[in-house]
Amino acid sequence: MKTQGLPLPNDERAGPGGPEPEQELVETVIEPRRGWAPLNLRELRGHRDLLYFLVLRNLKVRYKQTVLGAGWAVIQPVMIMVVFTLVFGRLARLSSDGSPYALFSFAALVPWVYFSNALTQASNSIVQNERLVTKVYFPRILVPLAAVVAGLVDLAIAFVVLLGLTVAFGVLPRLDLLIVPPLVLLVVVSALGAGTCLAALNVYHRDVRYAVAFLIQFWLFISPVAYSSSIVPDAWRPLYALNPMVGVIDGFRWALLDDAPSPFLNLAISAASATTVLLIGLYYFRRVEDAFADVV
Amino acid sequence: MSGGDVAVRVDGLSKRFRLGEGVLRGNLGETLSRAFARPLRRSTANAERRRGEYFWALSDATFEVRQGEVLGIVGANGAGKSTLLKILARITRPTAGTARVRGRVGALLEVGTGFHPELSGRDNVFLNGVVLGMKRHEISRKFDDIVEFAGVERFLDTPVKRYSSGMAVRLGFAVAAHLEPEVLIVDEVLAVGDAEFQRKCLGKMDDVARAGRTIIFVSHNMNAVQRLCPRSLEIKHGQITADGPTREVVQGYLAQSASGNAAERLLEVAHLPRSDTGQIRVLAVMCVAQADELALQPYPDGPLEISLLLESDAPRSIGSVSVVLRDQLGTTLVNADSIQLGESVRVVQGRTLVRVRIRALHLTPGMYVLGWSIADPLGTVYDFVERAVHVEVMDAPSAGLGVRPSGDGAVTCNFAITTEPAS
Repeated sequence: MKTQGLPLPNDERAGPGGPEPEQELVETVIEPRRGWAPLNLRELRGHRDLLYFLVLRNLKVRYKQTVLGAGWAVIQPVMIMVVFTLVFGRLARLSSDGSPYALFSFAALVPWVYFSNALTQASNSIVQNERLVTKVYFPRILVPLAAVVAGLVDLAIAFVVLLGLTVAFGVLPRLDLLIVPPLVLLVVVSALGAGTCLAALNVYHRDVRYAVAFLIQFWLFISPVAYSSSIVPDAWRPLYALNPMVGVIDGFRWALLDDAPSPFLNLAISAASATTVLLIGLYYFRRVEDAFADVV
Repeated sequence: MSGGDVAVRVDGLSKRFRLGEGVLRGNLGETLSRAFARPLRRSTANAERRRGEYFWALSDATFEVRQGEVLGIVGANGAGKSTLLKILARITRPTAGTARVRGRVGALLEVGTGFHPELSGRDNVFLNGVVLGMKRHEISRKFDDIVEFAGVERFLDTPVKRYSSGMAVRLGFAVAAHLEPEVLIVDEVLAVGDAEFQRKCLGKMDDVARAGRTIIFVSHNMNAVQRLCPRSLEIKHGQITADGPTREVVQGYLAQSASGNAAERLLEVAHLPRSDTGQIRVLAVMCVAQADELALQPYPDGPLEISLLLESDAPRSIGSVSVVLRDQLGTTLVNADSIQLGESVRVVQGRTLVRVRIRALHLTPGMYVLGWSIADPLGTVYDFVERAVHVEVMDAPSAGLGVRPSGDGAVTCNFAITTEPAS
């Protein structure tokens, strides 16, 4: 006799759905973590439905009870572009490598706004999802990953506007646009790399939340958003390009504008640096994720 | 160590926490350097230095759960039950020891985990489902059942923030109830719902158990534990102090008596706020059921003896010593008043022990509140406390167990049923 069960009003539910006919059950071994571990890609694949719904949740929640909704995906970069064009283009007369300044800055703002939003969201993601983290197991990396992936929808919308703007300024789309998907991958890698580091740190030190806002302002100035990377002296170029956003933005301009300088040296450096940051981020995250539930 | 039929094998499992501010102490740099330095020199010096600041929430837990077994875990708050469950659910890592779990684990530590208030009921079913480990197609397949079980068909597209708390809980439980893990871990989820909801939970868990799945069930509800689990563990101060048939474990646990529960223990009540003269005062109270089976806890139609330790400033003859049991809503269910017996109660100067023996307590299982009044019929109230201590009436372990239908009355009655052919 298994249980001394009470007779239930809905007893018929007891019938079906026993354990599946003796298939080999997976054994999970729970033990103290020692040392460093790489990402468990197989496990991640098993949780892709969770990633999908976390992304969906982020998207649905983001613009709930807003009037403009996804319009914000466009308004944000457009407003910054207008201000930049007035201040840096008209007043300060910064060089835009021969392109109209509005187009020049918008081509940079599209990936930049994505990056800054994704980084902010990812950094706060674990703390914001405290309830999930303390009540159920899943690969924690899905939380910052979902934050970064959800932003891609805004990026896509803004990119369509960017294409429209280039056509309006008389620049016709070229085959160079094929470089955009790899550039998007690079900016995702950059946001995820920095985002995982900061998300994990944020669990321990809530200072990170405030630091991120400051960090992003700072990052804007060391990225060629308002100005062209060609004004950086050649000798400093390799160091400068360690900032992954340099490669990304140079790439976007090269793909979309006429007369933009070749981005490939910067791109190579940026890609290497972004990959390194991502690896560090993932390893650090894996290293500390077991303690999230105890600390957050 | 037996062969393949062990679903959960826990071996020397321990978990240590840092006390006080814990990990939050120290600066950013320290956190980083700790993380990166540890693999190089395995922090022995550090651990040695900080030993005093640690606290073992769970130490050296070892046990096995067979496939299809329903294991109860009892223990006071903070005893380490939840820590054990969190380790088994992989939410947190053990500090030492291992646990091996065969098959898919479903952990129900909260109803509606992952619910987002802004999202519709429909969205939340899917979100909650994948969070609990279901696949998308699995949820789609069971969606109609889940919604029907929760009874929220009309509100599927309403944001959950507009749900009543009862509806949200029902929806959360409905999702969890359709999880089909090999090992189900349940923590105190019964505490949140109303009686009807609790009954539904218990019923569903019973189904799961009968379907041959393994359940580990933590609860403060001794009725539920006894009903569902043939075997239980008791955890105390992070250690497993008992492992065996549930009735024995529960009796042992209750004998140590949870605080606020006046079973077989004089409970100090002198500090309770009063509105009275203070000439006579109840210092302590004790309830003893004196039943053979559940030694201490009263059960339906069983006896209950309530002892009041009185202190009086002078010898007196009190007209009315009355002991009152109320339900949680405050309705008076039992009033054993000496005035009904036509006797006055004599007390000496100093302390007197007064015993009120209720021969049969016609209350159904549940929590009740004990109060009393010590008064003179002429109008002097010496001592009056409306809500002093909790008294839990248990299901009688043998006869009552497993045959209690839904919809209990407030009181029990002694009845028989006969039939005769009628034309």
